[in-house]
Amino acid sequence: MEIIISNTNGKPIYEQITAQIKGMIMKGTLDQGDALPSIRLLAKELRISVITTKRSYDDLEKEGFIITIPGKGSFVSEKNKEFVREEQLRKVEENLQIAVEYGKNSGILLEEMQQILKMLYEE
Amino acid sequence: MENPSEVNYTIELNNVVKKYKDFSLDHVSFKVPKGNIVGFIGENGAGKTTTIKALMNLIFLDEGQIRVFGLSYKENEKEIKEQIGIVYDESCFHETLQVSDINKIMSNIYKNWDQKVFYSYIEKFNLPDKKVMKEFSRGMKMKLSIAVALSHHARLLILDEATSGLDPIVRDEILDIFMEFIQDEDHTILVSSHIISDLEKIADYIIFIHKGKIVFNRSKDELIYNFGIARMSEAEFENFPKENQQGVRKNKFGVEVLVNNKQELMQQKHEYVLDNTTIEEIILFMVKGELK
Repeated sequence: MEIIISNTNGKPIYEQITAQIKGMIMKGTLDQGDALPSIRLLAKELRISVITTKRSYDDLEKEGFIITIPGKGSFVSEKNKEFVREEQLRKVEENLQIAVEYGKNSGILLEEMQQILKMLYEE
Repeated sequence: MENPSEVNYTIELNNVVKKYKDFSLDHVSFKVPKGNIVGFIGENGAGKTTTIKALMNLIFLDEGQIRVFGLSYKENEKEIKEQIGIVYDESCFHETLQVSDINKIMSNIYKNWDQKVFYSYIEKFNLPDKKVMKEFSRGMKMKLSIAVALSHHARLLILDEATSGLDPIVRDEILDIFMEFIQDEDHTILVSSHIISDLEKIADYIIFIHKGKIVFNRSKDELIYNFGIARMSEAEFENFPKENQQGVRKNKFGVEVLVNNKQELMQQKHEYVLDNTTIEEIILFMVKGELK
């Protein structure tokens, strides 16, 4: 398991950790029931505060990606992957909807938008 | 007596007042939750060392109460002190002593002195055990003091300006030791320092003391994410909302404003520059901009 954080990336560190762990779960690098490092170990290795790692895990737990069992640690939850994917898709749609509205309001054509999307995706 | 494992705060200071002729601790209150690293910062003479002395029961308080591990000094002085490892900025070992002498002395002082742990740190820190103290470098002395502080099963580690004057490599090693110590969630670290960059990474909370008063006690993440510096022209400043200003610095060519609602401002449309800030900058603004 690898987590790379950036100090210059505008995103808060807890968000970077959350996003990367989510990514690993979605891609299957982390499987159901897999143990995650403890918040203290993660803080130690990344040289960040315990509060930051705790916040990431709390967020992951709230969204149902992991479960934390006191005294045992945190594990990738049994929640089915399809369901998670469904949720992510819904978010993608929501955000594209906003982009489309902006596009329509300023007369940007579908082809142009497709091009932008293609470019961003392949970045 | 309370069960220590149920006490959530390692340190509790409640309205502590200590008056000196030219300086006083002015109703200092703060709590340090266990399992955290807390940076205690402020300029020289702000009251950091006096607060730590109060915390160690080395000075008589004019007012206020202190509890450590949920216990009070009145009834449990020995029990409290056994569980604190403290490191001062100056080494307090006599020049002619060797590591083995210090081991002997400490085993007579601390009931829980653990010679095995002590020698494991000596090895880990590459400290020479045949040299006398006066041949030790400053970094070596500091590491020795930390080894002593960690070798009697302390649950609270206090460092008073311990890392100032050390080179970056030694400071880095010390950060590793902190992170190692804090792996046990019952352990707590209070580091007083005026060098903030070290703490910026690893501290969970920052307590800022200025002229004997606590200015703030906040989680570091909250400081880093919510505080920012807005740079603008004088004209823009006129119309800039006042309520979230934490400090203002004007120069001939513009105005800099420390704000505590950076996330909110980032969502709004704005012409001015909005930058991230550092804890050091926040402190400077608050002290120099003489915060209300």
